[in-house]
Amino acid sequence: MNIEAILGVFNRALAYGTPLLLATLGEIYAERAGILNLGVEGMMMVGALSGFVVTYATANPWMGVLAGALAGGIFSLIHAFSSITLRANQTVSGLALTLLGTGIAGTLGRSWEGKTLVVSIQPFSKTFFAKFPPLMSMIFKDTDALILGSIFAAVFLWFFLFKTRPGLFLRSCGENPSASDTLGVNVWRVRYLATFFGGIMAGIGGAYISVAYRPAWSSGMTQGMGWLAVALTIFSFWNPLFALVGAYLFGALFHLAFRLQVFIAPEILNSLPYLFPVVALVFVSRLAFRKKIGVPEALGKPYRRGETE
Amino acid sequence: MGKFRIELSLQPKTTSIFFLSLVSIVLAFLCSSLIFWFYRVSPWEAYTVFFRGAFGSWYALSETFKRMIPLLLVGVGLSLSFRAQVLNIGAEGQILLGAIAASWVALFSGVPPFLMLPAMFILGFLAGAGWALVPAVLKVRFAVNEVLSSLMLNYVAFNVVLYLIGGPWKGKGVRGFTYTDTFPEAGWLGTIGGTRVPYFTLIVGLLVAVMGYFFLKKATLGFELRIVGSSPKTAQLLGVSEGRITLLVMFLSGGLAGFAGVGEVAGIHHLLRHPSHISLGYGYTGIIVAWLARANPLATIVTAFLFGALISGGDALKVSLGIPFQVVSVLNGLILLFLISTEILSRYRIVWSSSGGVEN
Amino acid sequence: MIEIAFRSITKRFPSHIVANDRVSFEVEKGTVHALLGENGAGKSTLMNILYGLLQPDEGEIFLRGKPQKISSPKEAIALGIGMVHQHFRLINTHTVCENVILGLRSVPFFFPAKKAQLEVRALSEKYGLRVDPKTRIWQLSAGEKQKVEILKALYRKVEILILDEPTAVLTPQEVEELFRTLKVMKKEGKTCIFITHKLNEVMAIADRVTVMRQGKVVNTLSPSSTSPEELARMMVDKPVLSVTPKKNVSSRVVLELQDVWAIGDKDLPALLDVTLTVRAGEIVGVAGVAGNGQRELAEVIVGLRKVKRGRIFLEGTDITALSPREIAALGVAYVPEERNIGLIGEMSIAENLLLREYAEPPFSQGFWVNWNKAEAYSERLISHYQIHPPLMEMPVRLLSGGNRQRVILARELERKPKLVIAANPTAGLDVQGVEAIHELLVKAQEDGAGVLLISGDLDELLKLSNRIVVFFRGEVVGNLEKERWTEEDRRNIGLMMGGVRV
Repeated sequence: MNIEAILGVFNRALAYGTPLLLATLGEIYAERAGILNLGVEGMMMVGALSGFVVTYATANPWMGVLAGALAGGIFSLIHAFSSITLRANQTVSGLALTLLGTGIAGTLGRSWEGKTLVVSIQPFSKTFFAKFPPLMSMIFKDTDALILGSIFAAVFLWFFLFKTRPGLFLRSCGENPSASDTLGVNVWRVRYLATFFGGIMAGIGGAYISVAYRPAWSSGMTQGMGWLAVALTIFSFWNPLFALVGAYLFGALFHLAFRLQVFIAPEILNSLPYLFPVVALVFVSRLAFRKKIGVPEALGKPYRRGETE
Repeated sequence: MGKFRIELSLQPKTTSIFFLSLVSIVLAFLCSSLIFWFYRVSPWEAYTVFFRGAFGSWYALSETFKRMIPLLLVGVGLSLSFRAQVLNIGAEGQILLGAIAASWVALFSGVPPFLMLPAMFILGFLAGAGWALVPAVLKVRFAVNEVLSSLMLNYVAFNVVLYLIGGPWKGKGVRGFTYTDTFPEAGWLGTIGGTRVPYFTLIVGLLVAVMGYFFLKKATLGFELRIVGSSPKTAQLLGVSEGRITLLVMFLSGGLAGFAGVGEVAGIHHLLRHPSHISLGYGYTGIIVAWLARANPLATIVTAFLFGALISGGDALKVSLGIPFQVVSVLNGLILLFLISTEILSRYRIVWSSSGGVEN
Repeated sequence: MIEIAFRSITKRFPSHIVANDRVSFEVEKGTVHALLGENGAGKSTLMNILYGLLQPDEGEIFLRGKPQKISSPKEAIALGIGMVHQHFRLINTHTVCENVILGLRSVPFFFPAKKAQLEVRALSEKYGLRVDPKTRIWQLSAGEKQKVEILKALYRKVEILILDEPTAVLTPQEVEELFRTLKVMKKEGKTCIFITHKLNEVMAIADRVTVMRQGKVVNTLSPSSTSPEELARMMVDKPVLSVTPKKNVSSRVVLELQDVWAIGDKDLPALLDVTLTVRAGEIVGVAGVAGNGQRELAEVIVGLRKVKRGRIFLEGTDITALSPREIAALGVAYVPEERNIGLIGEMSIAENLLLREYAEPPFSQGFWVNWNKAEAYSERLISHYQIHPPLMEMPVRLLSGGNRQRVILARELERKPKLVIAANPTAGLDVQGVEAIHELLVKAQEDGAGVLLISGDLDELLKLSNRIVVFFRGEVVGNLEKERWTEEDRRNIGLMMGGVRV
């Protein structure tokens, strides 16, 4: 394996990692506020379809991304309503939404099955990166605006979460909603916004897959990435910067699998990205237990004023 | 002075649960009309095709029963699992493992013909159970959330099947779509009359539902299972091991799913093919089957039938009206959503109180 | 100057409990005012009304001379009233500073905690609340956490601070520190209301004390004009109920704790060098205000909590390290304080009655439970213990509190145990229910069992116990044995419960 191949892996890791990163960042915010959203896969699918369809119709990939964001966001409001207002079981609600989202995307997307986009998100011109040292330009040569955008988003979202006042209040809702409520934080509004944000991000991520990564439509094209996002949320200790690293790690793994196809059967390699989170979870469970830094304490528990337990 | 009050009902009546379940289904269908409208099909026409496809003829009914079987087996297993508060989301993969084991027995094991079917079923059960034990052990020993771990394994199982049918187990003379050789006759399940309904697995499914019901109600282990599921703290006080129960229910639900997988390849396909043809999302639909039945194994007979009808109805929609099969997923998702959303209604009841006193 | 005046505050709860009965007294600005009374005296209810968590049915509150309606904690805070609860409301993973500023819009958008750090440090210096603003809550001791709660209130510029049993979780040194803080607050003109049951603290820090009993104010006076004994009398003064004379207690020891130490939930010691015995046919009452180690005592005996040091013996057998199941099998019955551990709400009466015995013959037949025998058993127990309604299929959560207790007792006592641990078995029950439980406990005693009765109700203990052990801060501070209890005994026990050595 030469240096070019290795750098090629990083290059593709960026592309694959981006939708994963976007969805994960959104899920981190939702979970930090206390809402467990297992419907990410469904939201990504809906986002992917919307993105593709709108781009196909308007020949403007950015309209597609916007559509994807909206679709994901609106979809997430269903989960928000059932989880926050109706206080239903969040695990099941999320699963239902995944079924619904995958179903909707599969059903409505049939007409576009196999079609490809003429116009998609273009990477920055090669000359822009030609000025960079050769190593860097090899890695970043296919970078487009969303990839760059997601990196900035990760940094910004990290800063917002840990260094600003609303970020602090958001995290309090996920740790101890009753304490936050007593002190005047509007827990319901925070949770709705966080879930909605999660949906938007998942939608953008999905749209990226169908508009940039592989500008075509086929049902099932997210390939369980939504679930990887949920796993990555845990694996990154609910920290956007760790998610940044983790997403590209996954991306590299995925592309590595692609590269090693010559040596090992592709299907076996395709399984690795799904085994990796499981192994990672084992370590996280043990670490979190000991370091007391881990799951937002109130994650997944419906909040009702007056109930202290 | 009388007034209406909405207060927490202490015991949701079975009738109100039943009623709300019905409401959920109706609402789900109504919402799906949007999809029919998208395909320029009148909802009424869609419903008609749907119902005819599920119940309209003997053939339709047999298709419904055919689809019901894996749902029933998986549903019963998941009922036990949910009753113990263990969320096995990996039934989809466990079904595939059963299919893999059965295929191995049929094609490569060299087992004598009269032992073939029994061996397929036994190994299939064990394969599914083993696959489920992985997330179980991870939960018991490392407190890893079983939802994620069992789900991830679904994707792994999917890829294993793909690998096998495209690689070492590829059928002779197969081009294009990959699948294995056809099983020898000894590995075929008999069907009822002219239908494609394997009677063996249907009977087993019904038996297992009944057995599951009595197991929970009357067996010592069943009692302990319910204790763990209802009140882990009490279980601790009484010395009932939560870990043991977790392993048990995963073993059983995984095994039953594996059994269902065997039934599919031995009874319907007679070979191993693309995983999405072997399990039409039975593992996920099974979750709803169990949930709708409120984790009561006997009730899963009804709910499995219902969702079997949904699948064969969806088939009819695809064939007659060109509406993609995924509409079944939409219906499933909607039903589940409405179920849990209306559940909060079953917790309340309207009380007419004449003097403001609290009625308890 | 009068800061707060309570005029005829009355609060009733369903089932005819009058928590506050025409409560009237005044609190002067710049003082520490203690609210003294036993469990159920009405102190917490009154303070919840002041803090806006509850609304009074009758009466008014005057703040600085003006009548005020306080309908929520937010309003209370706006009026300058803060409360430090017994159960802290803190975010474990956040820092002290982040907790103090939670919910405040006035804090800067970027790096909200930075500016506050200086202010918090200044406050903590001024009031003697030594805690580093940058430490995370989970790293703090209970006493330090309480300091954070006080800082939260001070940061919001409260003028009136309510403290609900603040010293329950403090070491003696921390109590000293708290008192110093209160003195500084007084100098600043702030007013503190201090709910407590501990007499020595009232004497040490309070400028005025209001004694409450059964919802009514007994007296409001200055501690310097009275003594702990008088206060104790005011707290518990009632004629002594008819007492059951001592039954024949054998000399055979059923339960023995030797120098037992145990750690509580918050990593603080809960049991300190406890030595205790219970003999067959004896009812030993464990007296003490809730939170002084009684719960942990029950838990170590039945095996739900590890013993750090010391040993526990059941009829000579060392049960210190055994599991709850093994201990129960040896003949220990347990009626837990937490009602939802002893029973499974969604299961039927019959199933709950079977929870201990289901794996034993005659109910267990290998793989199956013999539900016929179980049903016969339930029928018998339902009629014998008068469980109402007598429907064995009914889920237990639909039963009244008294009947639920009957189910637990039926299940536990039918096994003819050697030792019965009953923790607050009659809490929340009506008169009939209480009588029924008492009868059952006495019956168990007559059958030769040793009974350890943990209760916050001194009258109950005086009525039933042959011997009373008093717990305070995890230690046994008193051990009295009498054939008939007297007025003086009641007073002395009251004092011991309040931490005064007698």
